[in-house]
Amino acid sequence: MIDIHVNGQARRVAVGSTVSELLAELDLSGRTVVVELNRQIIRRTEIEAMVIESGDRIELVHFVGGG
Amino acid sequence: MDPLIIADRTFASRLIVGTGKYPDPTTMLDAIRASGADMVTVAVRRVDIENPDRDDILRTLDPEEFALLPNTAGCYSAEEAIRFARLGRASGMSDWVKLEVIGDQETLLPDTEGLLVATRTLVAEGFVVLAYTNDDLVTALRLEDAGAAAVMPLVSPIGSGLGLLNPLNIRIIKSRLTVPVIVDAGVGTASDACATMEQGVDGILMNTALAQADDPVQMATAMRLAVDAGRRAYLAGRMPKREWAVPSSPVDGIPG
Repeated sequence: MIDIHVNGQARRVAVGSTVSELLAELDLSGRTVVVELNRQIIRRTEIEAMVIESGDRIELVHFVGGG
Repeated sequence: MDPLIIADRTFASRLIVGTGKYPDPTTMLDAIRASGADMVTVAVRRVDIENPDRDDILRTLDPEEFALLPNTAGCYSAEEAIRFARLGRASGMSDWVKLEVIGDQETLLPDTEGLLVATRTLVAEGFVVLAYTNDDLVTALRLEDAGAAAVMPLVSPIGSGLGLLNPLNIRIIKSRLTVPVIVDAGVGTASDACATMEQGVDGILMNTALAQADDPVQMATAMRLAVDAGRRAYLAGRMPKREWAVPSSPVDGIPG
């Protein structure tokens, strides 16, 4: 297992996990969620191949109500 | 009513509404529909990982029904605003952005220097930038030069509901800009919306006036009618103001 941060919270994932596997684990597959990995936006087409490394900081964002 | 054109898009409504601070999602959707708006603003925020459905606006809003205008609310620097704009665009739903760079926490007045920097960067990246700014002509002109698709001056501070505090500044901005001028922030009730549209601006963006009304759906209807009335009054051209009375009925032929 490796240690990462997701939306500011510490989390452990299996070595070699991809971003799309993390989204599935969090029940976020198929939703309009934008992924930022270490401040770089990950395009939808890249999330399956993108392997998470130890210490990565991941932000998962979506649209909420606002003015 | 004559349509509103921003960049390459035509909108039937001159009213754009926000989606924040409503008592519940159903009231929000009913109010937005009653307002007649075809574009709505949304904010970009972290997913609550324990409860992903919470706050997800797309559970309530169908992007097929309303054009989404992601905002950069909560950003206090050009860098942050650029980051938020890119996150919004990465959703694949819109390359438009309602650009806010806030300079002061208490008044939420814009950091106009940061706003210009962010506008230039985002326009270069292909964004359609609608820039929230103050009612200052020089900043408005610079935003237009920087490539903003619309300039959005406030009429009073965000969420204040104080209405049209400086009609002269709004008229000056409208008279000097080529891109649409959409008033963003400050409108509190229908008369504010009507008076604002009477200045000749192209549209109004509002949120709190609807969301925090006792009856948001009723207020949304009132705002739709007020924006329409104000637009029509502007197009009609008001009569000149005079200091003294002028009789409406003939002064001749009064029976002796």
